[in-house]
Formats: sequence, structure tokens, C-alpha cells
Amino acid sequence: MPLFSGDYYSSSFFDYLVQHRPDLTPGGRGGVPSTPSGQVPDEHRSAAVPPITRATTVLAIKYRGGVVIAGDRRATEGFQIADRRIEKVFKIDEHSAMAIAGAAGPCIEMARLFQTELEHYEKLEGMPLSCEGKANKLGQMVKANLPMVFQGLVVLPIYVGYDRKRDEGRIFKYDITGGRYEESDYYAIGSGGKDARNLIREHFRKDLSEPDALSVALRALYAAADEDVGTGGPDFVRGIYPTAKVVSAAGIVDVEESRVRSVYAALLDGKKREG
Amino acid sequence: MPLPYYVSPEQMMQDKAEYAKKGIAKGRSLIVMEYEDGVLMVADNPSASLYKISEVYDTIALSGAGKYSEFENLRKAGIRHADLKGFMYSREDVTGRSLANAYSQTLGTVFSQELKPMEVEILVVQVGDNGRPNELYRISFDGSIFDERGYAVIGGKSEAGQIFLKERYKNAPPLKEALALCISALENVTNQKLPLEGLEIAVLARDRVGRKFRRVPAAEARRLLA
Repeated sequence: MPLFSGDYYSSSFFDYLVQHRPDLTPGGRGGVPSTPSGQVPDEHRSAAVPPITRATTVLAIKYRGGVVIAGDRRATEGFQIADRRIEKVFKIDEHSAMAIAGAAGPCIEMARLFQTELEHYEKLEGMPLSCEGKANKLGQMVKANLPMVFQGLVVLPIYVGYDRKRDEGRIFKYDITGGRYEESDYYAIGSGGKDARNLIREHFRKDLSEPDALSVALRALYAAADEDVGTGGPDFVRGIYPTAKVVSAAGIVDVEESRVRSVYAALLDGKKREG
Repeated sequence: MPLPYYVSPEQMMQDKAEYAKKGIAKGRSLIVMEYEDGVLMVADNPSASLYKISEVYDTIALSGAGKYSEFENLRKAGIRHADLKGFMYSREDVTGRSLANAYSQTLGTVFSQELKPMEVEILVVQVGDNGRPNELYRISFDGSIFDERGYAVIGGKSEAGQIFLKERYKNAPPLKEALALCISALENVTNQKLPLEGLEIAVLARDRVGRKFRRVPAAEARRLLA
């Protein structure tokens, strides 16, 4: 690995990879499609292609002091369960996290690359990117993945960060073209995203407390798992529960599994009593 | 076409070395010292934003004396090297030794092939965790690499600083003592009292989780020394 690779003065690790190591970028070609026209694979072709592991429902809800971000644990390949304990919520740095939906491999790769990207910038520049800057950078990375979308490898993130300048938590959603949209209250994506949003809409208020926001988030995942085959609910037999993180002024904290379990235990008790 | 004057290789290397040494000695000194729970780095640096000490990776830091622009280029290249390696393989595969070797090769190549050698001397520091020892590599302008133990002084009158510390340094003192010793060594070298605001202080603290590099602001250093 040579120490100097040409005159290069940008602080972006992603740009560095695209210019000097395109083999290491998501898709492996620095955003150039592998088929000449980048056409959508037709049904016959996709039947021959082995099924792609996909990750499903993830969501984020604002509360008084920040944002709760959570996701289920199931990954599927077609109608098979590929993984029961996949992790879809990633800590990105001390004040931000992202959750992903889409093809699992490229999703995890993008999360790792984004982590490196932010740390790289912070070390080179001597100060971290602003919350807005981080959200925009992720948008560029989603946009660079567009050629892969036509091959069926969709990667869609939700990004949450604590904006220390504004002193509030923020939620950003993306479309496949890298379009970046800020959400004021909550959002959910993935195959069960719509079901999760429907439940959150009923229970969301401004200025929720942290335990209430966590409870709404976990109930929304439960509702999504109820309606959507791609989303995994709490599994009391195997002891697998959705994961959540809380992003606040104090930094990012993993919600302990025991807390998640007790929320679901209470939810199920309530459902049993109702009959 | 006139023939260029013949200069013997020995003479050319000597001239280059002298030029680089002069450039490095013009600057201010910097001390790296092992303490109880990690490695302390103290630089005589009146600027609050142009750093001479930098984080490179989880357990690795870089400090340098000499020409700022050249040090800055080396620093950025080093961070790129480390981040690329960590991304390709895993975080634990990024080592101070491999970074020190890359620096050594780069500086050696520039020294022998370019007209102007780099006027920098750098220290690659890795704090040892899980019972491994700390690693201190000093890399000279010509690419020669030295494995230091306990402490290292570069830039300015570095030899005077080394002699001062040789008599007083005891194996891995607590942070407070290490900081006081570094400051008195820098004051001894420069023959003047140095305000804490004119020092750049950072540590690689073994007890931190993940990224172990942390800057120590003047106010905190004052509390620590009190």
C-alpha cells in the first residue's frame, strides 16, 4: 500500500476509494454498472440468480431529548428465513446512528463505509462533520449505489443524529436516488414500514418521554411483524428481540435487551388479558 | 551543452542531511513519554489550531517536528493508510509498526531521490492494550527508524531534552508526574517558563474504550498539576 497516491486533498474516505480503490466501493466498480446498459433484470433472469438476503423493518421516533432508532432481526431470502439475529441498527459515531432496509450485504457494507467516512473526516479535519453534513454525505453514498439498484440491490437507510448546534435529535430518510428528506416526528422503512408507521401515527405525540418512545417503537415493530412476513417479531423461545439505540445529547446508548424483553412481556400480557 | 559539475554521492547525502537537520532544529521540541496508563504527548506549540500531534487510529497517534506543510501531508497520508487498512481488513489489524514502516519507506525514498529532503522528524506511537507493551517509533528525515523506550524527544534542541530526561525519567510514572517532567524538560531546553496555553497536550489512554486518543485542554492540565 503506497503512502502517497497522487495529489489528493479531499477529506472524504469515500471519494478516496472511488478514485484510488474502486474495487473496494459498494458494488466494486465505483458506481459503474456491471451490465453495459444497467438494465433491470427480467423475471427469467432473476429466477436463475440466487436469492438476495434482505433486511426489513426499521424505524426512528423522536422524543423529548433525542431519537429512538430500532429494527427487527429477521433477514429473508425469498420465502426462506436467512438469518434470525441480523443487526440492522448501527452506531455510526458518538452522536449518530443509521438503520438499513434492503439487500443485507450492500447495506452492512454501506454502514461500515459510512462509519469509516465520518471518522476519517474527523481525524483529517480535526473536528467532526455537522449533523447536516453527515446526512448529506450519506445521501451521496446512496446515490452512488443507484446502478446497483437496477440489479436488484436496493440499499435504503434512515439516519438519525443529535444536532448539537440546534440541540435536538433529527431524522433523515432517503430515496434510491440519494434524495434526502428530513422527518419532523418519526419514520419507518422496509417491507413492514407502512404497518409500523400506521401504529406510530396512532400513538405518537410531541415530547414523548424516552420510555414511551421506546415502547411505541417496539410496538410498531410488533405490529409490522404481525402483518409482514419479512419482519421478525420478538422470539421468546429463542430469546431474540428487536434491537434499539437511543441518540441524545449525552451520546448514543444501546437499549439493553432486558428492557426490550420486559416491554414485550408487558405487551403480550395485555393482549392475553384482552383475550 | 555544459557538463554538470560532478558531486560525489557521499557529499550529496551529507549536504542533504545537513539541510534537513538544520530545518528540524529550527522548530520547537516535542516529547512523547510512557506513563502508567498510556502514552503522553507534549509539544511546545503556541498555535491552538495548527496541531503537531494527531490521532491516527484507535490506539495510534502521530506527532512531528519540522516543516508544518510536510508534516501535514505525512499525517493525512498516514490516516488514509490506517483507515484503508482498517476498512479492508479489521480494526485490530491496523498496527503502529506497519504505519512506521510505511513512513520510513516514504521518507527514505524522498531523501534519496528528490532534490530536497523532507525537513521532518516524526514519532509513531501505539498504546499497548491487553497486556501488550507500548510502541514508540522515531522516524528520521532520511527514513531511518528507531524503536524508543520510555520517552522520545524530537525537534529543536532534542539532544538537550534527551539528556535532561535520561537523568530523571523513571519507569512509567503516573500521569501527573509525567506531565510535570515533560514540561520541565521543555522549559529546560528553551530556557524559559512555558504557559500551559502554549503547550499542546494529548494522551493515548489505555483505559478508554475504542478510540484511545484524547486532547488535554490547558484548563484540565492545570487541574491535573495542582
